[in-house]
Amino acid sequence: MTRKTLSAAVLFALAAQGVMTAAQAETLRWARAGDSLTLDPHAQNEGPTHTLAHQIYEPLLHRDMSASVIPALATEWAPTEDPTVWRFKLREGVKFHNGEDFTADDVVFSLERAMKPTSAMKELLSSVASVTKVDDFTVDITTDGPNPLMPSNLTNLFIMDSGWTTDNDSAEPQDIANGGDNFAAKNTNGTGAFQLVSRVVDEKTILKANDAYWGKDEFPLEVSEIVFTPIQSAATRVAALLSGEVDFIQDVPVQDLARVGGTDSLKIVNAAQNRTIFFGLNSGDEDLTSDNVEGKNPFSDVRVRQAMNMAINRDAIQRVVMRDQSSPTGVIMPPFVNGWTEALDAYPAVDVAGAKALMAEAGYGDGFSVVLNCPNDRYINDEAICQAAVGMFAQIGITVNLDAKPKAQHFPLIQNRTTDFYMLGWGVPTFDSEYIFNFLVHSTTDELGSWNGTRNSNPDWDAKIVSLASETDLDKRNATIKAIWDGVQAETLYLPIHNQVLNWGMNKSVNFDVQPEDQPHFKFLTFTK
Amino acid sequence: MFAYIIRRFFQGALVLGIVGFIAFSMFRFIGDPYENILGQDATVLDRQALEERLGLNKPIAIQYLKFLGNAMQGEFGVSYRNGIPVSEMIAQRLPATIELAIVSALFALFLGVLLGVYTAINRDGFLANFIMTTSLIGVSLPTFLIGILLIWVFAVELNVLPSFGRGETVEIWGWKTGLATASGLKSIILPAITLGLYQMTLVMRLVRSEMLEVLRTDYIRFARARGLTRRAINFGHALKNTLLPVITIIGIQLGQIIAFAIITETVFQWPGVGLLFINAVNFVDVPIMATYLLLVGSLFVVINLVVDLLYVVIDPRLRLDGTEAR
Repeated sequence: MTRKTLSAAVLFALAAQGVMTAAQAETLRWARAGDSLTLDPHAQNEGPTHTLAHQIYEPLLHRDMSASVIPALATEWAPTEDPTVWRFKLREGVKFHNGEDFTADDVVFSLERAMKPTSAMKELLSSVASVTKVDDFTVDITTDGPNPLMPSNLTNLFIMDSGWTTDNDSAEPQDIANGGDNFAAKNTNGTGAFQLVSRVVDEKTILKANDAYWGKDEFPLEVSEIVFTPIQSAATRVAALLSGEVDFIQDVPVQDLARVGGTDSLKIVNAAQNRTIFFGLNSGDEDLTSDNVEGKNPFSDVRVRQAMNMAINRDAIQRVVMRDQSSPTGVIMPPFVNGWTEALDAYPAVDVAGAKALMAEAGYGDGFSVVLNCPNDRYINDEAICQAAVGMFAQIGITVNLDAKPKAQHFPLIQNRTTDFYMLGWGVPTFDSEYIFNFLVHSTTDELGSWNGTRNSNPDWDAKIVSLASETDLDKRNATIKAIWDGVQAETLYLPIHNQVLNWGMNKSVNFDVQPEDQPHFKFLTFTK
Repeated sequence: MFAYIIRRFFQGALVLGIVGFIAFSMFRFIGDPYENILGQDATVLDRQALEERLGLNKPIAIQYLKFLGNAMQGEFGVSYRNGIPVSEMIAQRLPATIELAIVSALFALFLGVLLGVYTAINRDGFLANFIMTTSLIGVSLPTFLIGILLIWVFAVELNVLPSFGRGETVEIWGWKTGLATASGLKSIILPAITLGLYQMTLVMRLVRSEMLEVLRTDYIRFARARGLTRRAINFGHALKNTLLPVITIIGIQLGQIIAFAIITETVFQWPGVGLLFINAVNFVDVPIMATYLLLVGSLFVVINLVVDLLYVVIDPRLRLDGTEAR
């Protein structure tokens, strides 16, 4: 009996000690809704996949926790005298996790790999003509035409070790759609601050600090081990944080913010997210299919679009639907993006009488009815926003029939142009207006305008948008951007709602800012002791 | 007997064929995976190329026949989500689901029989009435609510059991098990209760009513008159005769447990095939969905066959005529 008690006491003491050493080693237990889809850094262009890759691999330059561009594997970059050539100086003395030296050959190899047909990152490098090594630590990137924004396309383009990758038959990126499986999809060899210890897909991924990391003196690097578990159910994710089983969660549901924030040991940190939510309208077609107006398209009249814009009570949506977790806006562009101004962001005051007058002037004084397509599992409270909007449009005589569906059914409606009125959210990975114009404003062609569900076609805008890609005079380029935005706003091409706010929940001992792209870089994380 | 099994085998194949066809005709309503696969940066041309490559623009019947043809050769395709062969993914996830299903079935069976017998014997006792009343909760509350409730009480408030995952796992002869480690055992408690609660109450109520029936019969009275112990009467004579319907129910419910593990697995982030299926539905990962539905279909067919055969073993009356009056 006594022996049993004794051994139990010893066991307990050992266990307690185990807990203590683990705490000293600063393990960070992290959960979010979804897992990374692959470890091959060029096979998927997707947020959670990039997040994990960012811990293990590094690009030439990347966005830090406030989303400003900072050097990673490149130390300097500038266009050369020939505006089609960008020169990158590389960091010296960097080693991959397997001990191999990082050189210009790895950069040339990796960027060429990311341009191969099976790569999911090739769109970002579509303007690149060639990548050439100048010397061991200098690389030139030549583009088809002058490309003033070249560096901001490289923030998620990770550099792999050429020797390791080719030796393991992974020179081609994993071909997801055709079931290509390769060594690099399950193993890693990067230069990043963390290296892979073990991984079971959709279950658990363990990383440990890279002791030979080049940035040891530059970054806090207080985390020595990361345990990442995807937890899909929002309630369970929050419960895991509340019970102390994880230290840090992304994707905190809006309704649980108060609960987490009100717990003594926990805190919520938030920041504006790089994503705008808005409604799109079919203003380009002769007639709509989902309305009750015969022979004409009410959305093609700018006065109707303006009236609808004035009818949306964005403050009410922010207060009631979003519980203050959004920032209402008058433009489909988050505030970090080049081209954003306060004047564009200002949204019209709610003016039901004025809106009704505009409707009457346009000949729709008696109103009309139309179907609104809305996702119900994509954006924060997406369906509830649409429900609120239905009531607001009803005030000016527009009967909106809401059709809310899962995203897998909603997005095809926009892509196949079978919806006349829809909700969409848009993030801007390049932080420049050109990206928004290319997908949402340019008329639909094989290459551009793939998400422009408005059917609107404006040759003047199209010409201006195309000119942005090669305009090297930044002042001139910004003037063109402004001109396009002024046109888009005057036409009320879209009905903006708000920018989403991003919330991260964490233990009070964790000090971490919210990154606007929802991309935590754990090398910046510190602990309060 | 042999002819009977062969006949059942062909019936099963037909059922599976129909399940597959219905599944494929449903897939067209759950959307398409292009946006998930390509991301928002894709151009119109990229999408057309992918549509062509995946063959999702072909008629349902052709897609179905192609899948069936490949499935016959043991080729189930590749996940659209992460490019891993479907058979590999399912094989990796199946142990977790099977362990969870077996533990919950055992929980349902043992506790159900125990409580059933107890409530039958002490028909009007306070505790028995209490158990009967609370068991209604088990039948009427939806699984996800029970799961969240248990997480709330045992993980968040009391902090004694984990709220998610499978704990530490070890590999024994190629089978990844969580039942051999302390954290694995702790992790399975809440999901197993959540998943098995409905079946537990079902078994309990069934055993109770059957027991009440049996306890009224003459041979029990005779046994009492002979002065046998209560224990021998209740368990040796009465319980044995109530088990036939229980076996039927547990058999069919085992299929249900595996099929409905989807919700429990989602709530507890249990890394089994149910969670895989939910992910596949969200992503419109057609190969995984199709294979999973076929798997669940075959499971039901096999379980039904086994239950039918067990009947014959347990109840000698069914053995009188080789073909059974079916």
